[in-house]
Amino acid sequence: MTEISGMRAHRVYVPRDSAALALGADRVAAAVAAEAAKRGIAVDIVRNGSRGLFWLEPLVEVQTPSGRIGYSNVQASQVAALFDSGWPARAIQDGEREMAPVDPHGSWEAPMPDCVGRVDAIPYLAKQQRLTFARIGVTDPLSPTDYEAHGGLAGLRACLALDAEAACQTVLDSGLRGRGGAAFPAGIKWRTVSRAEASQKYVVCNADEGDSGTFADRLIMESDPFVLIEGMVIAALSVGASEGIVYVRSEYPHAIAMLEAAIGIARREGWLGADVLGSGRSCELRVAKAAGAYICGEETALLESLEGKRGVVRAKPPIPALSGLFGKPTLINNVITLASVPYIFAHGAQAYREFGMGRSQGTLPVQLAGNIRRGGLVELAFGVTLRTLLDEFGGGTASGRPAKAIQVGGPLGAYLPSAQWDLPMDYEAYAAVGAVVGHGGVVVHDDTADMAGLASYAMEFCALESCGKCTPCRIGSTRGVEVIERIRRGDTSTRQVTLLHDLCDTMVSGSLCAMGGMTPFPVRSALEYFPADFGLPDGAKRAEAA
Amino acid sequence: MVPTPHATLAPLLARHAGRAHELLPLLHALQDSEGYVDPAHVPAIAAALNLSRAEVHGVITFYHHFRSAPPPATVVQVCRAEACRSRDGEALVAHVEAATGARIDGEPCQGIGVESVYCLGQCALSPAVTINGELHARVSPTRFDALLAATREEVAHD
Repeated sequence: MTEISGMRAHRVYVPRDSAALALGADRVAAAVAAEAAKRGIAVDIVRNGSRGLFWLEPLVEVQTPSGRIGYSNVQASQVAALFDSGWPARAIQDGEREMAPVDPHGSWEAPMPDCVGRVDAIPYLAKQQRLTFARIGVTDPLSPTDYEAHGGLAGLRACLALDAEAACQTVLDSGLRGRGGAAFPAGIKWRTVSRAEASQKYVVCNADEGDSGTFADRLIMESDPFVLIEGMVIAALSVGASEGIVYVRSEYPHAIAMLEAAIGIARREGWLGADVLGSGRSCELRVAKAAGAYICGEETALLESLEGKRGVVRAKPPIPALSGLFGKPTLINNVITLASVPYIFAHGAQAYREFGMGRSQGTLPVQLAGNIRRGGLVELAFGVTLRTLLDEFGGGTASGRPAKAIQVGGPLGAYLPSAQWDLPMDYEAYAAVGAVVGHGGVVVHDDTADMAGLASYAMEFCALESCGKCTPCRIGSTRGVEVIERIRRGDTSTRQVTLLHDLCDTMVSGSLCAMGGMTPFPVRSALEYFPADFGLPDGAKRAEAA
Repeated sequence: MVPTPHATLAPLLARHAGRAHELLPLLHALQDSEGYVDPAHVPAIAAALNLSRAEVHGVITFYHHFRSAPPPATVVQVCRAEACRSRDGEALVAHVEAATGARIDGEPCQGIGVESVYCLGQCALSPAVTINGELHARVSPTRFDALLAATREEVAHD
């Protein structure tokens, strides 16, 4: 509690990430301020980021001596009644009360907000291993004081003591692989850019997260933007770049506004600019707004877009690390990759490496989405299974019906049936069954899902978003929709099914980038695991393939 | 006050002159202030940035975000991606069409246009929509009707 004009003010947290806002958090904050003023109760409202426990949003917290006590699903219309019941002073007693387990429903139509007790004791949160997301929901995203008080800048300070070679080695030793989906070892990329000879180099953050089921990038940008800024400055200093650009999707106006505000603050604080933390080294950052093309999440299409052109994929080589933006060596990493870096520098490569399994080291922010009761962000070391995520964290489907298929890794990821939900989440284990971990997006579908319809949609989406440069993707996707629709209409002859497989083979082998090259993943998995949805007998696929 | 096209365009052309790579920021600024990118501006933009008219037209039409015609008074965007589909998002699309009279990605009806969008980042709270840029999550047909009624009231008061 803080002192406001001699009176003890209750510190109340009302989140401001776009998920909380989409459920009315701004109106809740206004209602709390208005009611408190009306009743002469001193409150100090902090607009923190979301904890990522979205089924509880808007999750309002009150600071008490025994921790932050949460109230879930608060609606503006309920705030007066809350105050009538003795709130926010009531939180002190509520915090000492034995809490029933959190209601997994967390119905947003509940008549009164539920007290969920001490927020950091909620099992969903307590069981996580939050390294990258340690601060989200805890701090005010635009408070530099909060940021430093919670461990911010320790990574950048450690980096400033290292030369470029040692800094790149740190990333290499941590085992960090790109969290954007392709999973390429980050340290190798950093070292390639670092060793390239050039008068100008760039660091580009790919924040064009357009995969359905993924919101980890958005959550970082909206709830802890300084960690991304710190990661980008570390990256720029390590590879010898003095300019960084964050390319953010236009569908995320709130994330763009938060990042721009945070960059302004970081510059004023001397974390950016001509003299980073008094080191005499310089680094400038800016935000570039994308324009609604999914393909620009592909790194070379993104570079074209930054150069002011249509987002058409470039053939590789040359790789962007050697010839990227305006032909200069360019380090391109995704938001979570860069946001993971401050922890690695602050705590050491070994500390990060202690999490994970095999060649998948560190933590993966898993995003539980779709038809799930407790949707949200779960950061855990690699190796967790979908079944654990679905049952223990997610609490099963939102509809209460049995889950049928889980798509992992975005629209280009495979649909996994129940038989594969015990696989450990690990890049290699997934690749072995034709699946991808990707960006860690997990979208659950219940038994009412029409998998043939979803397969058709996968092709349709590719047709809509293809950049058009290569034939397999541009034309194959349109033909894909047609063939699947013929099968769905009842033409289940061998010819159509064989044609679809041939088409998928051509797209996989002949496409220039992952858009066309991976669209067959959801299609083939739907066909293989759920043939009945296509009107095909079980095992039809294997018979055709034989 | 709505700025005249010329008043908006001239300073933008001056600011970005000769910098072809700044075409997207220019188009964003133009659309942010006028609501769309008037095709009549293409020759002037091309000349200022030293690009061909085909290149400018190509960029405007490649990106879903840019509009070549004024938007309707009310724009409803409904997410059509997988996470929203898993929670009856397509049924919501049908409901939105019935409630507004407009076809998705088609002609507006009585000042309301309905558009597809692919992911608003609310996948844990699907289905999601925006109404005139304001984001709403966990939208049931009933909730959509209430949100639309509130928007109609606001528009009527303006």
